[in-house]
Amino acid sequence: MEKKKAPAKIFKQELIVFLVVVALLIFFCAASEDFRKYTTILTIMDYSYYIVLMAIGVAFPLITGGVDLSIGTGLVCYSLAGGYMIVHMGLPVWLAMIVTILFGIVIGTLNGFLIGVMGLPPFLATLCTCMITRGLGSICSGNFGISWPASGQDGSWFRNIFKYTAGDTKIPLGFIWVLILAIVMHYVLNHTKIGRYTIAIGSNKEAAILSGINVKFYHIMAYVISGFFAALAAIAYSAVFGTVLPGTGAGFELEAIGGAIIGGVSATGGAGSIIGTFIGVFVICLLKTGLPFIGLQANWQQIVTGLVLIGSVMVDIVKKSKEAKK
Amino acid sequence: MGEVILEMKDIDKSFPGVHALDHVCFDVRRGEVHALMGENGAGKSTLMKVLTGIYTKDSGTIIYEGKEIEFHGTREAQDAGVVIVHQELNMVGHLTVAQNIFIGREFKKGFSIDDRKMNEEAAKLFKRLNIDIDPTATMSDLTVGKQQMCEIAKAISHDAKVIIFDEPSAALTETEIEDLFKIIRDLRDQQLGIVYISHRMDEIKVITDRVTVMRDGCYVGTLITADSTKEDIVSMMVGRVIYEEPKTKSMVPDDAPVVLKVDHLCAGKMVQDVSFELRKGEILGFAGLMGAGRTETARAIFGADPKESGDIYVNGKLVEINSPEDAVKAGIGYLSEDRKRFGIVVQKTIAENTTMADLQNYMKGLFIDKKKEKKVAQEFVDSLATKTPSVDQLVVNLSGGNQQKVVIAKWLCKNSDILIFDEPTRGIDVGAKNEIYKLMNKLASEGKSIIMISSEMTEILRMSDRIVVMCEGHKTGELRIEETKQELIMSLATRDIG
Repeated sequence: MEKKKAPAKIFKQELIVFLVVVALLIFFCAASEDFRKYTTILTIMDYSYYIVLMAIGVAFPLITGGVDLSIGTGLVCYSLAGGYMIVHMGLPVWLAMIVTILFGIVIGTLNGFLIGVMGLPPFLATLCTCMITRGLGSICSGNFGISWPASGQDGSWFRNIFKYTAGDTKIPLGFIWVLILAIVMHYVLNHTKIGRYTIAIGSNKEAAILSGINVKFYHIMAYVISGFFAALAAIAYSAVFGTVLPGTGAGFELEAIGGAIIGGVSATGGAGSIIGTFIGVFVICLLKTGLPFIGLQANWQQIVTGLVLIGSVMVDIVKKSKEAKK
Repeated sequence: MGEVILEMKDIDKSFPGVHALDHVCFDVRRGEVHALMGENGAGKSTLMKVLTGIYTKDSGTIIYEGKEIEFHGTREAQDAGVVIVHQELNMVGHLTVAQNIFIGREFKKGFSIDDRKMNEEAAKLFKRLNIDIDPTATMSDLTVGKQQMCEIAKAISHDAKVIIFDEPSAALTETEIEDLFKIIRDLRDQQLGIVYISHRMDEIKVITDRVTVMRDGCYVGTLITADSTKEDIVSMMVGRVIYEEPKTKSMVPDDAPVVLKVDHLCAGKMVQDVSFELRKGEILGFAGLMGAGRTETARAIFGADPKESGDIYVNGKLVEINSPEDAVKAGIGYLSEDRKRFGIVVQKTIAENTTMADLQNYMKGLFIDKKKEKKVAQEFVDSLATKTPSVDQLVVNLSGGNQQKVVIAKWLCKNSDILIFDEPTRGIDVGAKNEIYKLMNKLASEGKSIIMISSEMTEILRMSDRIVVMCEGHKTGELRIEETKQELIMSLATRDIG
């Protein structure tokens, strides 16, 4: 009985977003001959990994009714720190990855502590850590751009995780990994305590507290997940792009948050879907890669992305007021 | 009644500036329903919060099942079998019924939650309680009554030995209350100790075995319900016998002009084809249960919510009200049930609040004429007998009753002739209530016309000249005070809409 009702309702939103992705693909393919190339897929994929990873992570704070603005600058900061250790300290890449991830978890924990324990508004707390990570990143790298090992160099194996090069063909292997991670986190959200309490905090925190749940811990965990995935995104970013520049990264988080919201994460918390988030990010990535093909450059991309976001938030609001009337 | 299962002795608790509990004693026996009564702020909730470990007591002892204990938080209390069913429903709307019942102690299968087992266990619980609820339904889709049943199921699933009901009937319909009582009686027969907090005297008489009364943080006394009268309990609660006789006849002459006529008003599901007239100098009571659509009707008249159809006439003239601004212009003032959210700006002074709706008359060029503002505010403070050291006092520092007076002053200042009071005495203690009542009567005798929405039957019977009863968005009756009986109102308020 449960298999029939609930999932049908949830997957409906995901199906709609998926159809939007398909529609965009068809549109761009029809509109531009250049778009219909294998390299376009590679470009879209390259751009999607780090945003998808950030979006999966930030979905958790969003579902608690909060937000994590520090993931964009955090990503750059973790990447710079990891890169510095490889380039200037001679650490093996695998070890630098672990340090990068730990760094992300530490910042995530800090966010969680400020919000869950100290009671700072999420917007404010993560805005502060956003500025902190931006500064830290520049300090870590001594204000210079840093490149993780490039193809052909020692330790460049990690680039193959995301884009496997077999002879002349490149395979966007990363898609499989982020898809698996999305499925895993979808399961975590819906079928584990962490996920369930994340929803409970966003839906009715008071009730969660009075049910004897350690709300502080699970509130922190939402931000730890966000930090962890921001660090994974940092690795993906380092693997896809050549040089990471200090001072950048601000704005990445908006694409991730946008993707999550398009994918059905409620802007006011309490509900959301990770699979939806995954698909939602591709709406943003498609716009980002596709619009230049029809002659709309960077500024227009931002305007269109903004409009799409307004649209999806409106859908959320209309849905809510309909539910309230019911 | 069995032996004492829970005993609280000499419980003392202070908050900064307030002695919330002053050496209070309370006990519960197995197989009894023990009422805990008192006015708002008497300390009932604080006592229960001390019991379940939400607050730490300053001194005193709690003995549970023969052992002295102290719980640190609801979780510990739950595990030991002491559970509260809260007044505000504490449900996570986005989760299912079963997920809510077992929240905090989910069944696990490896890393994941075993939803199937939780659904089965929830179904078993409902069977034990004789309730028909689908464990897989989403909580927010249920009615308030059903949600409450889920709360009770949740409490019982903790293997509870003591269950505390904190004003459980506040949001329930009559049939739902019947069901609730049936469940409570079943639980009592299963030798559980039950604490029942409520304001409704009739319920206390029906369901409880003993009554303990608290006043101003002190223990007043304990009575056997069957041996005591309503008056006994009330006089213990207020410390004096209060005069709460119903009005016997309307104060409005039959030929008083109609100042407000609402004609076939429709606005959403909660306001369906509502028509009524309000006469000059009249207090028109709006009775009904929570969720009957009374507030929604008021908001639609006031233009706070959009209306779908229907006309509103003020002093015989058709007026177009599409926003609160229009309503205020037409001379209508609305005193919300939720003062803090809609009625006043608590971080502003009395003077600033008083002139808020009528600021254009207090301008000197671009600036606000503070002197005039204060003078007028002072006049209202005097005429309404608002207790405050000065009009510069921040409203947040006033008591509920005096805050209400500031809201009244605001609308009088605007010279509104039609005042809609929505639950005018909610959260106001008995003494201040009487003052508000007197004030309303005075306003009516001065020619103001009042619509009074109230869920308190005594208030309706005491104040109204005429009574409109609503149920589920429909007007189900209109009664003259002379022909009104409590039972009549109740049956209209719970009438089945076909």
